[in-house]
Amino acid sequence: MRLQRLWTNRTLLLMCLPAIVFFLIFAYLPMPGLYLAFIKYNYTDGIFRSPFVGWENFRFLVINGDLARLTINTILYNLAFILIGNALQVFVAVLLNELRRKWFKKIAQTFLFLPYFISAVLIGLIAYNFLSYDYGVLNSFLVSVGLDPVKTYSNPNIWPFIIVIVYLWQTTGYGSIIYFAAIMGLDHEIVEAAEIDGANALQRIVYIVLPWLKPTFIILLLFSLGGVLKGNFGLFYNLVGANNTMLYPTTDIIETYVFRTLMNNFNFSTGSAVSLYQSVFGFVIVVTCNWVVRKTSPDHSLF
Amino acid sequence: MEQISRSIRSSVSERLVRIVGYGFIGAFALACVLPFVLVLGTSLTSERSIQSNGFNFWPKDFTVFAYRIVFENPNLVIGAYFVTIALTVLGTAIGLFLVAMTGYALQRPDFPYRNRISFYIYFTTLFSGGLVPFYLLMTQYLSLKNNYLSVLLPGLLTPFLIIMMKAFVQSIPHAITESAKIDGAGDFMIFRKLILPMTTPALATIGLFIALGYWNEWYNAMLFLTSDVEYRPLQLFLYNVITRADFIRNSSAASNVPLRDMPLESMKMATAIVATGPVILFYPFVQRYFIKGLTVGAVKG
Repeated sequence: MRLQRLWTNRTLLLMCLPAIVFFLIFAYLPMPGLYLAFIKYNYTDGIFRSPFVGWENFRFLVINGDLARLTINTILYNLAFILIGNALQVFVAVLLNELRRKWFKKIAQTFLFLPYFISAVLIGLIAYNFLSYDYGVLNSFLVSVGLDPVKTYSNPNIWPFIIVIVYLWQTTGYGSIIYFAAIMGLDHEIVEAAEIDGANALQRIVYIVLPWLKPTFIILLLFSLGGVLKGNFGLFYNLVGANNTMLYPTTDIIETYVFRTLMNNFNFSTGSAVSLYQSVFGFVIVVTCNWVVRKTSPDHSLF
Repeated sequence: MEQISRSIRSSVSERLVRIVGYGFIGAFALACVLPFVLVLGTSLTSERSIQSNGFNFWPKDFTVFAYRIVFENPNLVIGAYFVTIALTVLGTAIGLFLVAMTGYALQRPDFPYRNRISFYIYFTTLFSGGLVPFYLLMTQYLSLKNNYLSVLLPGLLTPFLIIMMKAFVQSIPHAITESAKIDGAGDFMIFRKLILPMTTPALATIGLFIALGYWNEWYNAMLFLTSDVEYRPLQLFLYNVITRADFIRNSSAASNVPLRDMPLESMKMATAIVATGPVILFYPFVQRYFIKGLTVGAVKG
């Protein structure tokens, strides 16, 4: 009976087979590798003969404060990205909807989406164009108005602002598309009726458009909150630079830390411990967020 | 009387919203393109001018010297272009076919395993082994270090694009599949002969997402292609020009320009323009596909 069902669906199963094998190799096979987090890995003994140390790697990360610092950095950056990002996206979408000149709207949108499509490497170079101590546009400007140039790349305190601004610069335009599309779905008759009743532009936005966007806003917010422990490696790595230790206190996130443990220190066990921590807590957060989504709007929940 | 004052009030607010709208959107749109102008301007500025005036939007001392140096050793640039184009074409062709096929099968309402397989794919976004096990798998167990397959393979499929494809195909009535089945067509035949031609806009969207991913790919290349590989993908090539002094030294030797005369800064910008140019040139013509993908796929999976 079971076999028969497999047999009747063999073509569809075969069509899924490449994807099944793909995710098995590249996503599921690495998972047991997180066992590395519980051993003291060394090259000569390999995974199976390196000594088992239990929670020792985690204890080490907690005691030296790395885990707390990485968690705080990663979460705070993501909260800033998500909250400011979504608010700005709504703002842009609402304003775009108010523009009447078609050509202006077209060109503006084309420009706004552009930063989303370039590589992280170029993002880093663009930031360097502005922030370089010797040649950067920022310092040229400061000097021209009689102020002292700033040493951006050795001052950790300004980096949270820089990273958030660059993130917003890159993603706001593209992110506003969803909200803009949602506004397009708003019934025109409602807007017209409000106009006949004397609602002005501001009232139209505050009492009709924004409430209309609220469900989309909440859903997107909850979905992004699910990923609050996941960092954008490319952005941070290219902005901060590979070895700028001075900036680590405010710019080091889980992804960049794990990358360094692997590529600079060959400390596979510590890196795996951080990854395991990230995956487990990330999983709990996603499930919680999805549970909230299911409570508020069952149609949108993921599982 | 009340009517008039109300319409005045409304026109004031109307105007305010317009002014803020055009002002803010205009300024933001400019802020989105000006950095590219800055990179282009600097790439065309002489090194001496950069040293005294800094980076500039408009070259004060115009020269194409940096581009000459970049192309003086054309092997590396052309090699990088070739590698990136090959990876993009191959990756997009294979990836698009697999995404479309999987997406179609997984949205078939009469396919009893669709939920289980969908979850199997979706779960990989919830939990992952992280970088270290992935790195060990790729280098020690699959022996893909210094192999272009290490860049090609991991980029072929993403859960996000499979979900997007499912959403696209769901808009095609299932009755079409059913009637073709009654006529005796096999599932793969239905997919190839009926569904694929009907989903060309979806395929364009997904294909562009995959292609963009390969063009901008730099992470896997950095992890798995070491200096033993002569030709790296464009973005890694750019990364090396930006960050590695030995790269500048090599091209100084190749172009017979003494190291102190090398246009260090403008060369980075020129390489960036060479590596990004095609994306910016193509982008205005294809952006609507990226918009379509987001509005179909993101809201409901």
